[in-house]
Amino acid sequence: MSSYNSAAIEEFKGGVWVFCEQRQGTMMSTSFELISEGRKLADELGSKLYGVLLGDNVEGLAKELGGYGADGVYVCQDALLKDYTTGGYTKAICDLVHEYKPEVLLIGATNIGRDLGPRLAARLHTGLCADCTHLDIDVPKYKDFLRASSTLAPAAIDSIKEGDRNLKMTRPAFGGHLMATIICPRFRPAMATVRPGVMKKAAFDQAKADACEIIKPNFTLTADDVQTEVVEVVKAAKKMVDLIGADVVVSVGRGISKDVETGIKLAEELAEVLGGVVGASRAVVDSGWMSADHQVGQTGKTVHPKIYVALGISGAIQHKAGMQDSECIIAVNKNETAPIFEIADYGICGDLFKVVPQLIEAIKAAQAAK
Amino acid sequence: MKIIVCVKQVPDTSGKVAVNPDGTLNRASMATITNPDDLNAVEAALTLKEQTGAEVVVVSMGPPPAEGMLREIQARGVDRAVLVSGREFGGSDTYATSQILAAAINKIGVEKEDIVMCGRQAIDGDTAQVGPQIAEKLGLPQVSYAADIQKDGDTLTIKRMLEDGYMTIKVKTPCLVTCIKELNQPRYMSVDGIFECYSKPYEVFDYNTLKDDPLIDPTTIGLKGSPTNIFKSFTPPQKGVGMMLEGADRATCDKLAGMLAAKHLI
Repeated sequence: MSSYNSAAIEEFKGGVWVFCEQRQGTMMSTSFELISEGRKLADELGSKLYGVLLGDNVEGLAKELGGYGADGVYVCQDALLKDYTTGGYTKAICDLVHEYKPEVLLIGATNIGRDLGPRLAARLHTGLCADCTHLDIDVPKYKDFLRASSTLAPAAIDSIKEGDRNLKMTRPAFGGHLMATIICPRFRPAMATVRPGVMKKAAFDQAKADACEIIKPNFTLTADDVQTEVVEVVKAAKKMVDLIGADVVVSVGRGISKDVETGIKLAEELAEVLGGVVGASRAVVDSGWMSADHQVGQTGKTVHPKIYVALGISGAIQHKAGMQDSECIIAVNKNETAPIFEIADYGICGDLFKVVPQLIEAIKAAQAAK
Repeated sequence: MKIIVCVKQVPDTSGKVAVNPDGTLNRASMATITNPDDLNAVEAALTLKEQTGAEVVVVSMGPPPAEGMLREIQARGVDRAVLVSGREFGGSDTYATSQILAAAINKIGVEKEDIVMCGRQAIDGDTAQVGPQIAEKLGLPQVSYAADIQKDGDTLTIKRMLEDGYMTIKVKTPCLVTCIKELNQPRYMSVDGIFECYSKPYEVFDYNTLKDDPLIDPTTIGLKGSPTNIFKSFTPPQKGVGMMLEGADRATCDKLAGMLAAKHLI
């Protein structure tokens, strides 16, 4: 049993680490989100923030991470790390953790991050919280979060002891009906995978990027560590829909079934007027009307745009889980008892095929009047 | 050769999710089902059984009522079922769960040609951690998010899905594979299978069965052996009821556009 870290958590003073995922030499946007979030956590701990970047010829990507808040980046380069492999990446990162002992390790909850995170946690004998949506270390900040986002009694919140340095990892369960804050009190690093699109990217600062330190640590890797062979990596030909980064999302649901083509066209027109992109509910994707990369919800993407327009979407909890944190939710639905109206800021009960064209005209008029 | 499939009984979250007034989940109000991704793993194992004559063993950790789920899976055509059940195992997080399941799999035995299969994730916890953690505990290579599996001798060629495409991965047995719904369409139970399933062998591994495995230690299983603890659980507040706009005509739309403009949203 690797109990090397169970006794001495005070030795883990290596700061906050973020695994910075790159694919084919392009940084995943979730890496910048996590670096931005990691900066806040490092400040709360009074420690430093480091990116961890693995690949082949990827050093050129490292400095940009500094622009979002990294003090330094550990860069591991090896031909064996060119494509992601569970064995190779786990071995290299474990070597780093043993040597530099970070207190916190964050990983984006992508298909790759969710493969790597548990393997690492099992080898390091530490705790891992999956798909977190909120992270705190500072207790007063965590209490503020509970006051704003929970139904806990004020006395229960006030009774939380100050001064604890555990990473408090909050995640939704059961489609957001229940939230749980998880801690890892006896082992380090405290590890979390974080749902892409949930944390907000900081403003880029070129001066900080220039000052970012590049560290080339020692690690040993042989072909035997890799265990699996990547034969090919295929990118889907279709264009990725940038739902996560969009300020406005106009989504369509089963309510467009009467005339699917016109329904999608109306959503596209409304999205264009508002400067956003088109999303969809699972019903639309399962019916084959739109591709899966448009899907918003528990099994699709999580979005928190400034404006979310739900057209003909009933609002099942699996859908709401992916969009309920949007700043302003506008719902158009024929059924006035649709659950979507429970979370909508503005609701219009009516036929979307009649309402949307008028809404497009009204918004154009309001924009022209400015 | 042998294929060991890990399955979990979960509450059916596709129906209504009920929460108790104290903020905990009202499990009694929900039906239980076999975790959907796990059924894809069972189907993949049965497909390989048809191709190679492999023995298929299902393993589940849970309370005694999980027997019903294991019988249903036996009715689909698996050869052997093992329920890992004991009070010592309760309260386990993913680390402790994988520790116990890995010990149970060691007891069944993993040989050169064998494959361990899991679903990608369970719909109640949604962590997707137990499969990879079992692989680490058993020292096996893993391939997660499998959408296609081809076997050629001791080599599996697996299509592993990514958000923006896929990877083709070759891995030698023994190995662990986690399955997703794109992999296959799970078969139904056969009528004969249902008749026969209760006369098929069914074993229970309790703490005493597994206690000699080095992975089973009071410091690595159950609530005490779990690295993570729940610090607080709570229900989010209901968002204040929004404004329903009467009419659904141009005047209504003008009013809405006006309010969005006033809030600087457009």
